[in-house]
Amino acid sequence: MNLHEYQSKQIFLESGIPVLDGGIAVSPDEAFEIAKNLSTNTWVVKAQVHAGGRGKVGGVKITKNIDEVKDLAENMLGTRLITKQTDINGLPINHVYIEAGTEIIAEYYFSLVIDRAKETWTFIVSSEGGMDIEAVADDTPEKIIRYSIDPSKGLCNDSLRSLAEKLNFMNHLSDEFIDFAKKVFELAKKTDANLIEVNPLIIDGDNHLVALDSKIAIEDNALFRQPELYELRDPEQENKLEEKASNNDLSYVSLDGNIACMVNGAGLAMATMDLIKIHGGSPANFLDVGGGATTERVTAAFEIILENPNVKAILVNIFGGIVRCDVIADGIINAVKSSNITIPIIVRLEGTNVENGKLKLEESGLKIISANDLTDAAVKVVASAGV
Amino acid sequence: MSVLINSSSKILCQGITGSQGTFHTQQCIEYGSSVVAGVTPGRGGQNHLDVPVFNSVKEAKENLEIDVSMIFVPAKFASEAIMAAIDAEIGLIVCITEGIPVQDMIAVKAKIKDSNSKLIGPNCPGIITPDESKIGIMPGFIHKKGTVGIISRSGTLTYEAVHQTTHYGMGQSTCIGIGGDPIKGLNFIDCLELFEADPDTKGIVMVGEIGGSDEEKAAIFIKDNISKPVVAYIAGVSAPPGKRMGHAGAIVTGKEGTASAKYEALNEAGVHTVESLALIGEKMYSVLK
Repeated sequence: MNLHEYQSKQIFLESGIPVLDGGIAVSPDEAFEIAKNLSTNTWVVKAQVHAGGRGKVGGVKITKNIDEVKDLAENMLGTRLITKQTDINGLPINHVYIEAGTEIIAEYYFSLVIDRAKETWTFIVSSEGGMDIEAVADDTPEKIIRYSIDPSKGLCNDSLRSLAEKLNFMNHLSDEFIDFAKKVFELAKKTDANLIEVNPLIIDGDNHLVALDSKIAIEDNALFRQPELYELRDPEQENKLEEKASNNDLSYVSLDGNIACMVNGAGLAMATMDLIKIHGGSPANFLDVGGGATTERVTAAFEIILENPNVKAILVNIFGGIVRCDVIADGIINAVKSSNITIPIIVRLEGTNVENGKLKLEESGLKIISANDLTDAAVKVVASAGV
Repeated sequence: MSVLINSSSKILCQGITGSQGTFHTQQCIEYGSSVVAGVTPGRGGQNHLDVPVFNSVKEAKENLEIDVSMIFVPAKFASEAIMAAIDAEIGLIVCITEGIPVQDMIAVKAKIKDSNSKLIGPNCPGIITPDESKIGIMPGFIHKKGTVGIISRSGTLTYEAVHQTTHYGMGQSTCIGIGGDPIKGLNFIDCLELFEADPDTKGIVMVGEIGGSDEEKAAIFIKDNISKPVVAYIAGVSAPPGKRMGHAGAIVTGKEGTASAKYEALNEAGVHTVESLALIGEKMYSVLK
């Protein structure tokens, strides 16, 4: 789960991590009020969306005229921001963050991530701040510096000092950097963050380190023990169908194609999308109905699938292990009857009691096309979608 | 022969009295697995599924010989359950539980490094040596005792690979579901090493998916260390970057973790790759013929 910049900065502030003064607004008038209360002569208006790359597409505006804050906020609020990291529809701007501007002496990249290869937390820093860090990693990998924390020993002061040295932080800046990194690490542990990114981390006009931007991503598996953070969730920033699916305990991801899939198991769901592609079709979604595949879940899954107007055919691919195929067939039949589906449905069942399950589908009188195996299913659904 | 488990493996189930623990332990017993005890704190002294229940793994280990612990404890408490099994020096720990916070797994991995325990999972179907022992949630009947070792990050894809190798008559020596989480116990390399050393395993199926670089590392390892034929399939060729595909570990970030990078590395290592899931069994059959 991603937090907005303004939410992350509030948490930074509470954790003693230096940020600039600012406030959050949902209207131009509010934006102006906040601007008036900031002791500065430069104001920055920042669109709050769950995506990076805002600056390049007009999502961050600077002004030295306080009256302009209102106009800038008005131009952003209620629109959608399309950045390199969003899809073609972009994300809605419902909040703008008004921040006191500052002089920038230097910019750095700073992040703390859960590193799957090292099986621990890793700090990633670079003197190339404010840039697309992936591009920096590609073009000038020597400018990316890493430090992985040994989980049995914890943070090592010497390693942090050496990181600071590599960034040319001397004297008080070195101390500030070490303090900054320590506080970020404590925050990551406390919040179950799998990413805390500050891009850029800057040296301001008074020669102090400040987080100019901040991004916190909380691990979904840990949300059960982070109820206060869960409250910060912004469903407006999420795909509506994906959100509906997650409310029904289904795992769904929207894609661009026209063949919907309903599968049990994440791996098999991906493999089914791949099969469709191999046979010349294009998947409309990833959907894992889970091990149960009960009537209720299958019905909910059909509802979500059919909300996508591009869908021309549906492939149901279930490997019935512990749950028998005849039970799954009943679920499919009931769901199809109650969902009033008019587009072709191809079903591939395999596993326990498969013959019985197939027979039930055939005898249902519904227009369900039964497939003999994986390849047959893919070929049939691609033909049905008319690709 | 087989790897990690056989008919004499003595199994403990942590979380045996829960609904999942009860259902699947029952299935394991029916398959013929030797389940000797269960653990549920506060339920010690009772019998459940005709085996004694203990309050702790330590207590169970003091009273009985135990080789393997199978864990069905809810995600909230699962890392503590794994730690308890490590403390009790259980040789093999199989954690089925899905949804364990990744920070908890960092702590588990730091602890298990200094122990003699091995961990399979979490978020996995478990491990099975056909006709001998089933430790996990896989449907037993699709398996057939045989010569193919299977290693997979995904549950249902393991079943597909099993189904196909059974269909072609080769059967399986042992199947290991290593799980879909980013930080986990045994990985491809550990399992490849075990199958290489097992005289009954003639070929190895590796089922990977997008995310991370474990398959790439396995490819390098295979090139230098594995003499047996390896057939590999990677799920997620059609997955767009930045979208998590169900499993916590299945996400392409930046240039890392794409299916094509994994295929490239595996092909380079001389692995027999298949682009369609449907062809795993057929490919292994033609390679072993």
